[in-house]
This record gives sequence, structure tokens and C-alpha cells, in this order.
Amino acid sequence: MKRRAGIKTKSKTPKKTKSAAEKKAAPVKSRAAKSAKPKSAVTKAPTTPTAALPDALDTLVKATAAALKLPLDPAWHGGVKFNLGLIMRMGALIDEFPLPDDAEPGPIFYA
Amino acid sequence: MRDIPASGGAPASAADIAAAVASGRATATSVIEATLAHIRERDPLLNSFTAVTEQRALRRAKAIDAARARREQLGPLAGVPFAVKNLFDIAGLTTLAGSKINRDNPAAKRDAALIERLEAAGAVLVGALNMGEYAYDFTGENVHDGASRNPHDLNRMSGGSSGGSGSSVGGGLVPLALGSDTNGSIRVPASLCGIFGLKPTYGRLSRARSFPFVASFDHLGPLARSVRDLTLAYDAMQGFDLDDPISPDEPIEPVMPLLDRGTKGLRIAVASGYFKCLNGETSAAVDRVASALGVNRDIDIPQAERARAAAFVITAAEGSSLHVVRLRKRAGDFASGTRDRLIAGALTPAHYVIKAQKFRGWYRDQVLKLFNEVDAIITPATPCTAPLLGQRMFKHGDAEIPVAGSLGLYTQPFSFIGLPAVVVPVPLDPLPMGVQIVAAPWREDVVLRLAHALEAKGVVAAKIPAV
Repeated sequence: MKRRAGIKTKSKTPKKTKSAAEKKAAPVKSRAAKSAKPKSAVTKAPTTPTAALPDALDTLVKATAAALKLPLDPAWHGGVKFNLGLIMRMGALIDEFPLPDDAEPGPIFYA
Repeated sequence: MRDIPASGGAPASAADIAAAVASGRATATSVIEATLAHIRERDPLLNSFTAVTEQRALRRAKAIDAARARREQLGPLAGVPFAVKNLFDIAGLTTLAGSKINRDNPAAKRDAALIERLEAAGAVLVGALNMGEYAYDFTGENVHDGASRNPHDLNRMSGGSSGGSGSSVGGGLVPLALGSDTNGSIRVPASLCGIFGLKPTYGRLSRARSFPFVASFDHLGPLARSVRDLTLAYDAMQGFDLDDPISPDEPIEPVMPLLDRGTKGLRIAVASGYFKCLNGETSAAVDRVASALGVNRDIDIPQAERARAAAFVITAAEGSSLHVVRLRKRAGDFASGTRDRLIAGALTPAHYVIKAQKFRGWYRDQVLKLFNEVDAIITPATPCTAPLLGQRMFKHGDAEIPVAGSLGLYTQPFSFIGLPAVVVPVPLDPLPMGVQIVAAPWREDVVLRLAHALEAKGVVAAKIPAV
């Protein structure tokens, strides 16, 4: 059935190195073949260069909030920095994943 | 209402109410009067409603009774009371979206599209429901309206952001509620409150005249105590809507006629790796469901952790962009946690957002390939049962992780690419635990058939606690 909604992209495969998950031969396996110890769903912070250093986060919060004319009471700084740190960690996790140059972004606008 | 066909004094289902009203064994007015009394009696404990539309509901019920007296054909939801998360527009009320700031907005002039469709099928709106502020929430806590409470333990979270939807249905106040789900906001409260929740395919149900959060992930859907009720509501709400730009101009695909087809021919696997259960409750719930369905294989969802990370980044940036003007003018009127998240989101580097959207396209292609192998994938719905109100951290495997950001660990990788998913309640003791069933795009029939089969086997059930 033809559908308009949702994201539509051509099938593309990263051309660079494969991740551990991709190296698995087949995605489907017997339930009996469980790994001995399950991995946590939460990974530690990536250590790529894109994971911002604490001081850099302080600078980023202050400078960008000022540039965007967002109010930043000093009492809020710690909470904002904590949350931006989470975003940067998540961003770094995506950043280290190789994608081809012609990878299309997800959303499509329909006029 | 409890004297309408029901067993053990439990509140009636939507299907039972509609049958009773259609046959004349009950009037819509008597059903709605009993529901309103029930809400008055029990909601002070649950705190699930922010407005009760009493006069409107009674007018509507009388109109249904008058239609029956004229021998007109009644809709499939005739006389069924329902309520909606307070981000749905209700004509004459201000749409709060869980906030303090929106209280200054004018009243909505027209109902949300899904309210109109449910009422066209005979259902009766009885009120607006509590929710997490601007839907940026997995807990059901709200500093402006108070927390919606878990009906199984009033000291515990309902889950969010559709907290009042979970609490009101789980607590037996209404048989049916609507919620929104951007990253898990229908599925998380369904899991914690022990009820069924459906997040349809992205674009399936119209979002017209609802307050947005993250347009590229926002879905609306029903919560109920039975799969039949969930399906009745879902079928009634389907259909193209010019007022929602992502609504596909396609014929509706009713699921009710398919519901009893059972599980024969459906290939099912349990998600492994990232979705591996890390505590007794999730393991027990997933194992019960897998065993009942005869599932004997696992499947790996490639890069699910990165999918969750990408959803997190896009949500932060897109959600914050929606609120930048309000942050500039009225930052002090947000709850502090929401404000900090939104300001941080507004500072997100564009590179991360664009990379996340590109990853989204790649990930979607990979996951869709899995549906050549299987028809449905089973995962835990949440990483734990309902946390205590105010609880900040919980144990997840060997790690302590934050409650507020982590209840959607297992839901985010699927709403990220718009797949349909239903949450089924496994009645563990002392607290229920949800299991998520996911299918390929536009295959709501698959997840609802499986949920119905599990319900028929007695493996999953929405147990109404004595509050």
C-alpha cells in the first residue's frame, strides 16, 4: 500500500568499519542460545573527541544561552549543564557511528 | 455504572457499555451519571483529572438516549465515557499541556480531531487528564497539578507523560482514555498502571488540534483495560485528516474483524542485546508472554542504543525549539526540571541533530529488514515496575540510572521510526509490568491480534485494584 506519512529513505549501508552489532551473522537466533550475562542497556559515556569536557560545557552553556537571549539564572546553570552533558553524550554516541556521505535525514516534508 | 454487565463489581468495559446502551439495558445518561459520581468519589485519590466536563457529558448522553428513542442507529461506542490528556483541544476549555503558562491562553474553539471521531461513534467525553509538563516527562509527576498516582499503589508513579490517562483507566474511572506518545508516553503509563496502550504507526491517527511536543515523533493513541476496547476506539479514530500534514490519504483498515484470527502464521521473536531483561520483573513478564505465544527465538535490533540516543537528541532540540519564546519570556513559570531540559535542548549543536536524523534513516532501513524474518518483536515495555513518587534513581543491572530519563529506554527505539506498538499488562504481584509488542509499519492488526490472544489465554489482564 502506498503511504505518504513517515520517513522514507533509500536503503544505504555504511561504507566504513562495521560496528559490533552489525558483525553478527544473523539477527535471529534460538532463544536457547542466550548469552551468559546480559549487557546493560546503558553504555558508559563515549570517549570520542566530541564528548565535551566539563569546562567546555560551562563555556558553551553561558555563551550560547547569552547568544540566544535565553535567561540563565546562576542557580539554573548546574541543571542546564547536566542536561546538556547528557545530550552531548548521546550526540557523541551517534557521532562515532559511520554513515555514508549520501545518507538522507529521516524526516520528509509533504506540501 | 457498576451494575452494567460486569463481573465481580468491576467497572464495565467500553464494549459492555455500548452493548447495554444499544440494547436498552442501560441509558447513556445513567452510565454518564454513574461515571461522574465515580470520578468525584475516587479521583481525589488518583488525581488523574484536571477538568471534568460534566454538563457537556450529560447533554451528549441525553442526545444519545434521544437518538435511541427515535430508533436511530447508534455508534459502536454509544454511551462510552472517555477522557483525554489535557493536550487535546476541548472546545470551551484552555489546552494546558500540563503547563502553568498555557493557562493564560484562550479557550479552544473546536475539539481535537480524535475527540470528534470518538464522539461521532457515540462515545462521551467526560474530562481532561493530568499529564507531565509539555509532555517532556516519563513519570506522571507535575508540579502545577500534582502527580497523577498509580492505582496499584498511590505512593508510586503512574508513568508519563500520559499519567492521568494511565491512572484514570487503571483506576477504573473510565474504560477508555487518549494519550500522546512521542518517546513512550502512552506505553510507559500503560506498563506502570497495568493496562493496555496502543501507539499506532506514525501518521495513522490524526494529531489535529492537539498541543505538539516533537512533531517528527508525535503520535496519539488509546489506553484501555481490554484489547477489544482498545480496538473499538482505534478503529473509530482511523482515517485521513487534511488538518494533519502527516495523515496518509488512504482507506481505513479496521482491525476488529481480524481480532479473533489468533496467532497462527505469525512469526515472533524476543528482542535481545539492548533489550535483554536486567531484573526479575521484566524477565518474568517477557518470559510469560513469550512462553504463551510459543516464541523460541531471539532477534537483535541493530544499534538500538544509538537509536535511543538519537531520539534523545532530536527530542531535546526539536522540543526546545517549540518553547524558546516561552523560555525567554517566562522561564520561571516552567517546572525547574522541564526548564533545565528545555534550555539545554536549545543549546544542542546542530551537527548532532542532523547526524541523528541521518542515523534515523539508516536505522529505519535496518529495522524494516528484520520484518522479512519476523512479524512481531517482543520487548519489555519499561525497565522496572512503578517507582515511588519522587524517586530519582533505580537499579538497572549493575548500574543506578535516573528514573526520569530512563523509563523510556525500551520504547524510544521504536517511536523513533514510527513503528506500531502495543503494551500488554502482565499482572505480577505486587505491581503489574508491561510487555511491548512491535510490528512493521501499518500492521496494527498484528500487535492487536497478539495482544488479544494473550488476553484470551489469561496471560495478560488489566486488574483493577481496590483504591
